Amino acid sequence: MHAAVLLLADGRLPTGGHAHSSGTESAVAIGDVIDLPTLRTHVRRRLATTGLVDAAFAAAACAQADGTAVRWRALAAELMARTGSPKLREVSITLGRQLLRTGRRAWPSPRYDVVHDALGGAVPQPLVMGLVVAAAGCSPADAALVELHHLVGSLTTAAVRLLGLDPFDVAALSASLAPEIEAWAATAANTCDADPSSLPGDVDLVTDVLAEHHTTWEVRLFAS
Amino acid sequence: MPADPRGRALRIGIGGPVGSGKTALVAALCRLLAPEHSMVVVTNDIFTTEDAEALRRMAVLPDDRIVPVETGACPHTAIRDDISANLDAVEQLEAAHPGVEMTLVESGGDNLTAIFSRALVDVQIFVIDVAGGDKVPRKGGPGVTTADLLVINKTDLAALVHADLGVMDRDARARRGELPIAFTSLVHPEGAAAVAGWVRERLAAWSADPARV
Repeated sequence: MHAAVLLLADGRLPTGGHAHSSGTESAVAIGDVIDLPTLRTHVRRRLATTGLVDAAFAAAACAQADGTAVRWRALAAELMARTGSPKLREVSITLGRQLLRTGRRAWPSPRYDVVHDALGGAVPQPLVMGLVVAAAGCSPADAALVELHHLVGSLTTAAVRLLGLDPFDVAALSASLAPEIEAWAATAANTCDADPSSLPGDVDLVTDVLAEHHTTWEVRLFAS
Repeated sequence: MPADPRGRALRIGIGGPVGSGKTALVAALCRLLAPEHSMVVVTNDIFTTEDAEALRRMAVLPDDRIVPVETGACPHTAIRDDISANLDAVEQLEAAHPGVEMTLVESGGDNLTAIFSRALVDVQIFVIDVAGGDKVPRKGGPGVTTADLLVINKTDLAALVHADLGVMDRDARARRGELPIAFTSLVHPEGAAAVAGWVRERLAAWSADPARV
């Protein structure tokens, strides 16, 4: 394993992700996540839906980091088509821009400008992740795994903060999901050379609806 | 950062504990300085966009010059360890207002350990208040000890909360050496005159030679 993969997977790598709960705050508010078992269910559902989609696009971006502007635009369009919530599209673009800054400094590559220009500066986070992972010398499978790792980290960290769950229990929960995370990452990496239109499209409409609702709250702890 | 740092605005961080008067100071600085200088403001709120909305309501600057950043559960992370969202907001705001001279970044209310990353701001002001107790300067912390300017606010409340301004001044000097301290009461914007004067000096120094700020 590359040390770069560990750095890319480190939640302390400055990419702005700490301000987001990836939907956990909304799930807590409507009672979908109230304790450890419900958190487990929620994480598993997200792995199978938004997680798989984002991981597949990250892997595809990594596999063809030297792709043409046409391919980048197709990838972005297909990913946005799988992201129903305008708020989540905006969040993805913002987190992409923030990760791009980190990538440029930590793993410089001329590809960043190519993709940035192809998409008018609006590069969704999974595509940036694929690019950065490629620039760091790692593989599409790494890109998928790191993407899923961050999803699980975001969901579970937010649950600890919002519900006061036992952090050791939550660490054990994440550890117990390792085989599942690896299996989804493998599934996501399998399609990395496919046409963008045939990448996984297992959307999670509840996440989209809740993300929109979250924007209407007057008081919230997380940005999304 | 551009090759020539003078190509962008002077970035000033304003940090300090919850309720110490950061938003009031930002409002007062805007009232005193915006007539002379092109300014923008980024606010950091923990739970809401209340600070940005308060500033907009007070109409200290046009609405499009005030942008809130949502910082998640950790306000100090957003100004120190992972400044991504703030730097993003600052750069977008400065790009939207060509020629802007000064960007104020107000942190979310935090504790005495909060401090801004040098990659986010060029100079920083730490705001504490008399009502928090006259022991606060003695407790120190990086904000009290190292901020480029320490503001001790709400001097008008000193008698009511039995705080000794002399003790605060003495302890703050002991912690800070030669670094400046300003005592303020922001009931009226003029109360920030000393801080505005300090900001003018920093801006002049930045414009003349960024390396010397």
